[in-house]
This record gives sequence, structure tokens and C-alpha cells, in this order.
Amino acid sequence: METNKVSEPYRENINIHYMVNKKKIKPKGIVLHLFIIAVGILMLYPLLWMISSSFKPDSEIFKNISFLPTVFTFENYVIGWAGLSGVSFGKFFANTFFLVAVAIIGTVISCSMAAYAFARLEFAYKKIWFAIMLTTMMLPFHVTVIPQYIIFNKLDWVNTYLPLTIPKFLAGDGFFIFLMVQFIRTIPRELDEAAKMDGCGPIRLYSTLIMPLALPALITTMIFTFIWTWNDFFSQLLYIGDINLYTVALGLRMFLDAMGQNSWGAMFAMSTVSLIPLFALFIFFQRYLIEGITAGGVKG
Amino acid sequence: MASLKKMWRNNWVGYLFLAPWLIGFFFLGIIPIGSSLYLSFTSYDMFTPAEWTGLTNYAEIFADKKWWNSVKVTLVYVFIGAPLQLTFALAVAVLLNRGIKGLRVYRAIYYVPSLFGGSVAVAILWRQIFGGDGLINQFLSVFGIKGTNWISSPDTAIFTLIILTVWQFGAPMVIFLAGLKQVPNDLYEAATIDGAGKIKQFFKITLPLISPIIFFNLVMQIINAFQAFTPAYIVSGGSGGPLDSTLFYTLYLYQKGFTQFQMGYASALAWILLIAIAFVTALIFLSSKKWVYYQE
Repeated sequence: METNKVSEPYRENINIHYMVNKKKIKPKGIVLHLFIIAVGILMLYPLLWMISSSFKPDSEIFKNISFLPTVFTFENYVIGWAGLSGVSFGKFFANTFFLVAVAIIGTVISCSMAAYAFARLEFAYKKIWFAIMLTTMMLPFHVTVIPQYIIFNKLDWVNTYLPLTIPKFLAGDGFFIFLMVQFIRTIPRELDEAAKMDGCGPIRLYSTLIMPLALPALITTMIFTFIWTWNDFFSQLLYIGDINLYTVALGLRMFLDAMGQNSWGAMFAMSTVSLIPLFALFIFFQRYLIEGITAGGVKG
Repeated sequence: MASLKKMWRNNWVGYLFLAPWLIGFFFLGIIPIGSSLYLSFTSYDMFTPAEWTGLTNYAEIFADKKWWNSVKVTLVYVFIGAPLQLTFALAVAVLLNRGIKGLRVYRAIYYVPSLFGGSVAVAILWRQIFGGDGLINQFLSVFGIKGTNWISSPDTAIFTLIILTVWQFGAPMVIFLAGLKQVPNDLYEAATIDGAGKIKQFFKITLPLISPIIFFNLVMQIINAFQAFTPAYIVSGGSGGPLDSTLFYTLYLYQKGFTQFQMGYASALAWILLIAIAFVTALIFLSSKKWVYYQE
């Protein structure tokens, strides 16, 4: 009792201090924060566990429940990176980065051209083409995949990167066209008029005015193309059979088949490495990613 | 002739810029769609010429027990997975939308599973987590519970995949957050003055105002779920097992088309999928008149 009485004014003082300096943090708010953090950790736990397991010796992964390894080893990374059948994981990464780079170049050029046409140019049947383009966004790709395979097979393109890259130069992804059309429409028309007065034709208008101004939409497109190409598995599985052309996704799949239950450590190590580029992209370009995700959903 | 020339003069720039898309649309869109419709009425294995068989493929499909099973598996995955995922997405978005500090960090943390979720790496991880001596069972054994091998038991395998899709609620959550921000604050203030509690406010203000976004998310997630492939392929090792319990529709299509080279049969499968997706989407669109509230 005694201590309580003494501390009473003290406590009030602290409370006042608290409220003045940190208005937003109330006991209820702290509970909310703790709850959100707890759920967040629960969600990330599988990934964190994978990372920690990648530094454990194989014998420890399933025996030791503790999060931190008792023996810290890089061996999994060495074994994993060596790859299979004499092809290192480095090759798979180089292949995937190459595919990603080509996909980005193709998508940005072809989709921005279509978007510029839809947003700024006048031509016959424009509205109909635009409606068709939007409809194709909804189409499940399984309807086209079999004839496409037959066509690419006839062209002798199977087991090359052509089926994975050429379509990117043909603006196959309506989502990006739509995203850019929406963005280009927000660029003031007065800028176009001014450039036209200076004798700027439609082609130069595209390359010197619209493209630089649409950069945020282009960056969003690049990031999504990166992620989707990196995570793509179906078309790589279909078209690539030669191990020298394998991507990271195919390399991991082969790892799983060949090593199966025997070397989870190495597999976790390579899985972890395979997620690093995506994570780095996310850290640096979060804003563009969030904008891309919300662009379709809100006001769409 | 002259009018054609004139038309070209007026339109050539537009069609020049549209050319890549047009070429792609014809050679990778229209022509394949037409061929796949044609192939669905034929027997074709890529090595001998296609042979017209009329409706045989479709008749065989409807008599195919494995197909019915894959339909069941896919419907369970779509209609449990997508609504559960959206429920989580909305619940967390509402929690995060209360003007708390650190919103950006929390949003980022919750989004990470969506970023990685479609990858082979995460599918491999999932196979381990729900395996016989995996993370889940290690955790359960702390409480003295001995779990089964969730991946190799036909009763539970599909649910590990549903959990995988629910785990990726971050992407629709981000869309919900953006939508919640647009709900005007004075509506809540007015409701508070009128004595409406938080729960009533959620059902009477928040839900109606973001119903267009729920609608958008629902359509997108259901279309995506119908087409899911990688997780089932990796987790089951390409088989759709155990006992076809994870044989997603797309996985069955892949097996028929690209391992058994029954291209005609697989094309028919693709067309049924297209019609099913169109049908479900149309149903959601029709129902939306009853529950989606558009301002003005």
C-alpha cells in the first residue's frame, strides 16, 4: 500500500509524459502491434527455418528442433552450387538472368508500343482492338499452350530459348499494356501539343516524351516481368530439356528428383539462393511493386 | 484503291505501333485458339496426322474417372482456397488500416509469401514442412502428438496446398489496403456519433464500400486458382498423388498432353477448362448485382 501511494503521482507523471511524446502508443495499440508482429513471424517462420536449415548439417535438420544450428556449416552451399551432372548452379542462374533480361527488354518495348498506340494515337478499329486485348487477359493460357507447342515444335524451337523469349517481343501480356495505357492517359496532352508545335512526329513523341514520362509504369512492368519469369515453371518445363539450358526452377526440380530425401541441406541452400534476387528486387522497388498490384484493383 | 491508300495514310502510325501485339495476337492467340478447338475434335499424337473423331474426346472425358477426380480436387482447391485467402487478406488489411505506425514494414512482411509463393523453392519447402518428419510434426511432437505424413496421405495432401495458397494472402491484402484508404473517414465519425459500434460499422460501411474490390479480388483469385500448377507438380513429384488427391486439372492436362502426347484429348480438356472458368466468372458477375455496391 505504502509504495503504491508514493508511486501514484510518479506514475501519473510518466503517463503525461508518455501521452505528450508518443500520442499514438496506447496499451491497446501495443497489444495490436504485438499481435501483428506475432502473426508476421508465424508467417515468415517457414522461410526463416529454411534459411537456418541451409546452414545445418543434414543430420541435424530433422533431429534438432532448435532454430539456430549447433554446428554452423557452409557445406550445403558448396555441395548445392556444384550442381548436378557437372553443370553448376551458377550456370542455371546465368541462364535465368539471361532469360529475365531478354524478357524485360521484349516486354517493355512491345507493350509500351501497343500502350502508346491505344492511349495516344488515332486509327481505325482502335476501340475494338482494345476490347479484344482486354479479353485476352482473361483467357487461360492452357487453351493456347498445346497448339503453341506444336507450332514451336514444327519450327524446331523446342529445347531453345526462342519459345520463352520471342513471345515477349509480341506484347503477349495484356496486363502490362493496360497498366501503361492507364499511366500514359495521366500525362497531360498539352505536352504532346507543345512537342508537336516544335515539329515532333508521333515516333519521336513516343521515344523522347512519352517513354521518359511513363518511366514509373515501365519500372513496374520490368519488376513484374522479372518476378514472373523468375518464378515461371510451366513453360520452362515444357520447352527446356537440355541441362545446359536449365533455369533455376528446373535445376531445383532436378535436384529434388535426383537427391530426393538425401540432401535437404543442399536443396535448402539452393532454394534460399534462388529467392535472393526476388527479395532484393522487393527491397529496392517495393513502391513500384505495390503500385502495380493496386493499379488493377482500385479504380479499375 | 485510292481509299485504301488514304486509309493507310491516316492509320499507318497507329498500326505500326500496334504491330508487335497484332502479330502476337494472330500467331500466338487466334491461330492457336482455333487450332486447339479443332484439335479437341481429333485424335492427335504429334507424329501422325490428326484424325477427326468428332465428339469422341469429350465423350471419353465425361466417362473418365480420373478426370472427374481432378475436377473435384480443383473445385475443392478453388472454392476453399480462394475465399479463405481473401478472408485472411481482408481481416489483416482491416487490422493494419487503423492508422498504426510501421504500416509499410508490416505490409512488406505480410507480402513476402506472395512474392515467393509461386516459386519452385517454396513448393520444395512445403514438401518438407508437411512431410513425415517435417517442421509441423516436429512442432506437434513437442506436445506429444504424433502427426502423419501430411503430403503422402490422400486425405490431407490437398489441404497442404490450400494452406500454401492461403499463406499467400499478401497480394490481395495490399489491394484491400489501398481500397480501405479510400473509404472516407467522416462516414465512420458520423456512425460513431450515431452510436454504431465497430462491428456494425464494418458491416454497414466498410464492407459495402469495398465490395467492388472484394469482387475484383474474388474474380482474379478464382481464375488464378483454376490455373495453379507448380505447387501440385512439385509437391506430388509430377504425379498428382497420393491416389490422385492433388491431381489439379492443369496437372492432368499436362500429363495427357505432354507426357502421353494425347494432344486432341488435352485440347478438349483445355476447352472444358475455358468454359468452366467463363461460367464461374459469369456467375460471379451476375451475383455481383446483388452484393457489389457502386457509388453513385
